[in-house]
Amino acid sequence: MYVAVKGGERAIDNAHAWLAEERRGDTSVAELTVPQIREQLALAVNRVMTEGSLYDPDLAALAIKQSRGDLIEAIFLIRAYRTTLPRIGHSEPVETDTMACDRRVSATFKDVPGGQVLGPTFDYTHRLLDFKLMAEGELPAAAEGEPRLEPTPHVTSFLNKEGLIQGEEHAEVMPPDLTREPLELPANRALRLQALTRGDEGFILSMAYSTQRGYGNSHAFVGELRIGKVAVEMEVPELGFAIEVGEVELTECETVNKFAGSKVEPPQFTRGYGLTFGQTERKAISMALVDRSLRSKELGVEVSNSPAHDEEFVLYHCDNIQATGFLEHIKLPHYVDFQSEMELVRKMRAEIAEAEAGSSVKEAAE
Amino acid sequence: MGKPQRSLTPEQAARQTWMGLLAKSDAAQLAGLVGAQGALPAFDWLRRPEIGGVMVRGRMGGSGAPFNLGEMTVTRCSLRLATGEVGHGYVQGRDKVQAEHAALVDALMQGPRADEVRDTVLDPLEAAQTEIRTARAAKAAATKVDFFTMVRGED
Repeated sequence: MYVAVKGGERAIDNAHAWLAEERRGDTSVAELTVPQIREQLALAVNRVMTEGSLYDPDLAALAIKQSRGDLIEAIFLIRAYRTTLPRIGHSEPVETDTMACDRRVSATFKDVPGGQVLGPTFDYTHRLLDFKLMAEGELPAAAEGEPRLEPTPHVTSFLNKEGLIQGEEHAEVMPPDLTREPLELPANRALRLQALTRGDEGFILSMAYSTQRGYGNSHAFVGELRIGKVAVEMEVPELGFAIEVGEVELTECETVNKFAGSKVEPPQFTRGYGLTFGQTERKAISMALVDRSLRSKELGVEVSNSPAHDEEFVLYHCDNIQATGFLEHIKLPHYVDFQSEMELVRKMRAEIAEAEAGSSVKEAAE
Repeated sequence: MGKPQRSLTPEQAARQTWMGLLAKSDAAQLAGLVGAQGALPAFDWLRRPEIGGVMVRGRMGGSGAPFNLGEMTVTRCSLRLATGEVGHGYVQGRDKVQAEHAALVDALMQGPRADEVRDTVLDPLEAAQTEIRTARAAKAAATKVDFFTMVRGED
């Protein structure tokens, strides 16, 4: 248990002043601006927005600057800011089939209407350090083609026409919100998806990887991965109709898994779903695999002891702010706590020594 | 859109469109266009600009029931012009001046200056947004690939 301590104010102030100095680093090197971080470290910004659960690129960039690039610390700052915001309302569900796709690939169908669009991807790069980036230089302009302005249909909608894939019920039910009500188990899928999308990228990635390696065996294909901007609509009470209040960049991943059928479902493909803020495809793919894994019970398949099948294990350990909060608190003063532990250990040792002394006296007497 | 939209009157549909343009506008561009309007009418605040969060929802599997994805920042305000029109401003982000400009434009679009404001504010905003969208779509189109499946060896 942590017991409050007093004192140390001057040392704490001085530590924070030094932190500010270290954050700035060598003053002969130009200072980073928030727009530079927003524009040039966009994938870090996207991760902070997704796990911080707040879409605001400027604030995420500021948090990265303030945290010296410690992304979990930055996510912590965003979560803390988020709690100060009055809730204006909730949006209509975003319609990702209207997305203006920068990227859209399918690993299951090579010829999909709308095409395979690579977008600005690291895929197919050679992962060799590019020393040209150490020098400032002009950039060749990206090539342009004939723009597709009509919406790109979802790949799963084609499988759906044949009835080969599990349908999604288009119900308009109010989803639970774990920023308002504490997470309780069993969680329904809406709550699980909210927890997973905010969850730590590394944790969700490892859980997803474990399912691929055989812990809760399921073999997923990426039916579709798309990245692009989607309008956000919200019903405005004073108007009586919905208006667009902005647009967000999203990454969406739909996985399909072969499924032999169960007592409750015929053989078909089942779905996993990942949706994240910004360009965050590793996270979206991981989320889709873990979503599918956690659906085992409702699909009527045998649930193993594997971590990725265990809703409690996944949902209670995926939040990096909860995890780091509990983990890092053990470095704060625990003097009183530890003192009582020391007393206890001393007492136990004394008791053993006493018992040993007693028995050796007895032996000698015999 | 997924939810069956209540049918809007032509006036409501037009307002829905321009409020969407204002919400997604670039704050600096909007400030420039509003600043070029000359004398702006006096107004009273009905609700001063406030920054808040809107919970963005997604759909399970892209087409199913809703779930909560995460929030976005939105700034809103409401005002009444001396001539009586009430304007609402909703803009993405945390710019209170941008929200005020959006509400002013919304109010002006309901009065006698509507045609002029459409030409000098809304049309340029729409052109800018279309240009950005088209430029990205053109770059995406250049990365479209055709994969060929190779026949595997029999050994």
